[in-house]
Amino acid sequence: MQLTGAEIVVKCLQEEKVEYVFGYPGGSVLYIYDEFFKQDKFKHVLVRHEQAAVHAADAYSRSSNKVGVCIVTSGPGVTNAVTGIATANMDSIPLVIISGQVPTHYIGQDAFQECDTVGITRPCVKHNFLVKDVKDLATTLKKAFYIAQSGRPGPVLVDIPKDVTTHVCEFEYPKTISMRSYTPNVKCHSGQVKKALQLLLDAKRPMIYTGGGVILSDTSRQLKKLAHSLGFPVTNTLMGLGGYPATDKQFVGMLGMHGTYEANMAMHHCDVLLAIGARFDDRVIGNPADFGSVPRKIIHVDIDPSSIAKRVDVDVPIVGHLPDVLGELQALLDEQKTKPDVKAIAAWWKQIDAWRGRNSLKYKQGKDVIMPQYVIEKLYEVTGGEAFVTSDVGQHQMWAAQYYKFDKPRRWINSGGLGTMGVGLPYAMGVRFANPDAVVACVTGEASIQMNIQELSTAKQFRLPIKVVNLNNRYLGMVRQWQEMFHGNRHAESYVNALPDFVKLAEAYGHVGMKIERPADVEPALREAFGKHKNDFVFMDFITDQTANVYPMVAAGKGLSEMILAEDL
Amino acid sequence: MRHIISILLENEAGALSRVSGLFSARAFNIESLTVAATEDPSLSRMTIVSSGSDSVIEQITKQLNKLIDVVKVVDLSEAPHIERELMLVKVRATGKDREEMKRVADIFRGRIVDVTDSSYVIELTGDCSKLDAFLEVIEKSLVLETVRTGVCGIGRGDRILKV
Repeated sequence: MQLTGAEIVVKCLQEEKVEYVFGYPGGSVLYIYDEFFKQDKFKHVLVRHEQAAVHAADAYSRSSNKVGVCIVTSGPGVTNAVTGIATANMDSIPLVIISGQVPTHYIGQDAFQECDTVGITRPCVKHNFLVKDVKDLATTLKKAFYIAQSGRPGPVLVDIPKDVTTHVCEFEYPKTISMRSYTPNVKCHSGQVKKALQLLLDAKRPMIYTGGGVILSDTSRQLKKLAHSLGFPVTNTLMGLGGYPATDKQFVGMLGMHGTYEANMAMHHCDVLLAIGARFDDRVIGNPADFGSVPRKIIHVDIDPSSIAKRVDVDVPIVGHLPDVLGELQALLDEQKTKPDVKAIAAWWKQIDAWRGRNSLKYKQGKDVIMPQYVIEKLYEVTGGEAFVTSDVGQHQMWAAQYYKFDKPRRWINSGGLGTMGVGLPYAMGVRFANPDAVVACVTGEASIQMNIQELSTAKQFRLPIKVVNLNNRYLGMVRQWQEMFHGNRHAESYVNALPDFVKLAEAYGHVGMKIERPADVEPALREAFGKHKNDFVFMDFITDQTANVYPMVAAGKGLSEMILAEDL
Repeated sequence: MRHIISILLENEAGALSRVSGLFSARAFNIESLTVAATEDPSLSRMTIVSSGSDSVIEQITKQLNKLIDVVKVVDLSEAPHIERELMLVKVRATGKDREEMKRVADIFRGRIVDVTDSSYVIELTGDCSKLDAFLEVIEKSLVLETVRTGVCGIGRGDRILKV
């Protein structure tokens, strides 16, 4: 069958069973858009800025485990998309980004809307391609989908010059792909798994620490089973929340810079650590030298060998697909006669419960001013813990992570690695497209939300009943907190002046706006938004305490045991 | 410690920048880098000389393996290997220096590949230290220009890096 390049793009997306393409048209993708127009197998979602197209595709993937797809034009279309691509790359999210390029004979001539897309995006993608010949187009797109979702997932960009979209060739979509240079290793080493099991059985103060890998590889079920068989405490990273049920009694909360006291202390003092799909990030273990000062055995399971022994030395490295590794570990454990050291572990739990007793997340809600933590607690109650929660980046993100108890994976959607302000609203859009009946809340702040505020228009066009929970403290809260703690309380550019009236702004876009100023009104407002306005987009502007800080806190460069607790101040 | 890393990669446009970009992005050091197509024109062979602690070299190897275009990576310095570099040196050769230059070139088994009434171009191959030694021995003020290819290397005996 002879097809044009543009027709081939459409055919390939249909072959991959793509449901939604998020994007924004422009000169060099016009032939592709023309083919989109002529078909109805997948839908196109028109965003209002290319960054939001990538974020929406990213959240579509995070909340569904399907590949997110987006399309942008050449030049500014691509450069606008870069933040979105880098965000997805840092969190290992499988995306295929199609970008238009100037015609092949214009490349390198500084043509209108030309940029070196492959060069600009190279450091923030898993891989990218420039397709110079229409004969390579179908195979390249097949490779893009394969690379994006296999091994450690990530974004793959395919740059297509305009003339390639008009050239014609015989189309056949490859059924499979094999690449001699890319063969992700998924089969784990059984000897290593045996060694790991022995360490776990000998442990006196064990700890299970899991990250985003558990979510990405859908390993929650196996993790829960393994943790219950062992009886060990479990902590999640920011990216791993929901990978283990937060309401389970073995869960000790999130760890890291703003982790709970019990999670960080247990992490610091454990003698055997089972790390699964996590990467010992600086926000998680603090100072690696301080972390390494306590002797402990570390078992590290990850699909990506380069994540192992990158920041900390590891005793038992296991490279493999997490469900398989955990399955094998479980099978060995089940047939094993020796069981974990019950007595030692009971003593360890006693210690952990003593740490828990510090109640490190406590705060006081008075009568007059709304505490941001209170809003999240009420959000949890009102949504019955069943909502998909997206967040932006800053204090509100940490409070959402600390106070919304995620029992299921893929419900907590945030930018963990890159820490991109402005993701919240486009993330909520992507979640809703992937989960058409889901309750979606976007926890944000008055600064973050303005970084992609134009998407209120997209939300209207597609009638997305997102509930924005704006924790409005009139500050760049996390910046203000650091200035208060480490910069002599000088608020250099962290006060946000001239804020819009968010109620009117929401209404201007055709949405429902609410302003909530008193603690007593928090719950009724949330009930109204999720009840009466179930099918509307509601922007709730909560005017919150300006001085609230996120605790506990491990200052940058400090050790996990050097936490600052609210009660210390 | 100094390591010689050999890489077999797809001979694709941009593959070199993926490798060099990786080194700069992750603050790994490159002393030299050479690359050319192999007997199979779809593959390139690259040799990188780098230095760092064992853990840094381990990360370099892992990160290189992670690049989609990279087929195989080997740290040549882990086992017996041969290392060679080519250098061309243009030196002033007049008066008594003319004879002396020829003599030193002969001692280092160099070849004079270009001659004028006032200069020689000397071609020299060997490992890095041999080329360094040559430059040490000759009078600095006589060196007009030097150009070195960077190191390429190959394992001894049965060690073969091939697809």
